[in-house]
Amino acid sequence: MSLRTVIYCGVCSFPPEFCEFTGKLKRCKVWLLENHPEKYQSLYGDAEVEDAAAKLAGSSIGEEREEKLEKDLLKLQSKQENREQRELAKKLSSKVIIKREARTKRKTMVAIAGLEVFEIDMKKLAKTFASKFATGCSVSKNAEKKEEIIIQGDVADEAETYIQKLLEEKGLKEVKVEQMDMKKKKKPTTTTPTPAA
Amino acid sequence: MFRKEDVHSRSNVKSSVQRTLKTKLVSQFPKLEEVIDELVPKKSHVELIKCEDKIQLYAVDGEVCFFQKFDELIPTLKLVHKFPEAFPTVQVDRGAIKFVLSGANIMCPGLTSPGAQLPEAPGLEKDALVIVKAENKESALAVGRLLMSTEDIKSINKGHGVEMIHHLGDPLWTFSVE
Ligand SMILES: [Zn+2]
Repeated sequence: MSLRTVIYCGVCSFPPEFCEFTGKLKRCKVWLLENHPEKYQSLYGDAEVEDAAAKLAGSSIGEEREEKLEKDLLKLQSKQENREQRELAKKLSSKVIIKREARTKRKTMVAIAGLEVFEIDMKKLAKTFASKFATGCSVSKNAEKKEEIIIQGDVADEAETYIQKLLEEKGLKEVKVEQMDMKKKKKPTTTTPTPAA
Repeated sequence: MFRKEDVHSRSNVKSSVQRTLKTKLVSQFPKLEEVIDELVPKKSHVELIKCEDKIQLYAVDGEVCFFQKFDELIPTLKLVHKFPEAFPTVQVDRGAIKFVLSGANIMCPGLTSPGAQLPEAPGLEKDALVIVKAENKESALAVGRLLMSTEDIKSINKGHGVEMIHHLGDPLWTFSVE
């Protein structure tokens, strides 16, 4: 006797036979077909051809209850899909801002804001940056009480590349990552006060 | 019963303590004996994660395999899926699946209908730990505790039969050790 290996769905994390109960079935099926076509075949292979009657034959709970279950699951699915769409829209409309700020003549620090929307673990990312760039890196709250990653050193470009890669992995390639230079103010060249815009 | 915010501390488990744990697991679930060294290999890294309410999780090489609140060790579904044969099992019908997945206790009729299955007499005593499977599904979807003996569930067939401890999708399932 030895241990079994169970496939876990890359979308909902359940064993694929339970995907139908998670409301994410559409995306789960795509994942399964791409990653474990044999399993896909065994779970959904003939469902497309055969109709509900065949499915019913395998179920003990009776036609009426099965119909209701099916309806409930569909409702759950559309609810879940709507929610996901809303969340995606929110993500796509937000952006990440990387501020480069000169601290002294030779020292620069970088502050990254706007990551919280994308379900990125900032503490973990700070740790990654600290070791990747061999520098100090921490998470702190900014003036708007949102969390920011603060990196010591002029690594804005490297950080941008890394974050872009991270977003791409999450299927959020279109999200804007913006760099801003917060140059230490030299003596103002003009004396005109900025008009209140 | 567990949320990921509730983690208090994490520490490594010495190999002598690992051995004690393995012995304890086997004494609770004798069939685990043949695979225990595969489940918890000699050189594995075992971590103890202490949580709120005296819940202790044990992670083997980064995967939470069992936990304990009082004395008893309770397998997680990740462990159950690797070797389901080792655990006393009940089965719910298809209609009960969504309730189980929402974390509800299991009502007796969901355990006695045609799609369900209970062990044959003499069955299991009240308070026994059981894994929960489902009609037409291979893998277990929950771990629970009998609130009535399985014979009582069959004859009384009313009320809560199994107390929910752990199910697919709960915080313990989604918890990841890093
Ligand atoms: Zn899935």
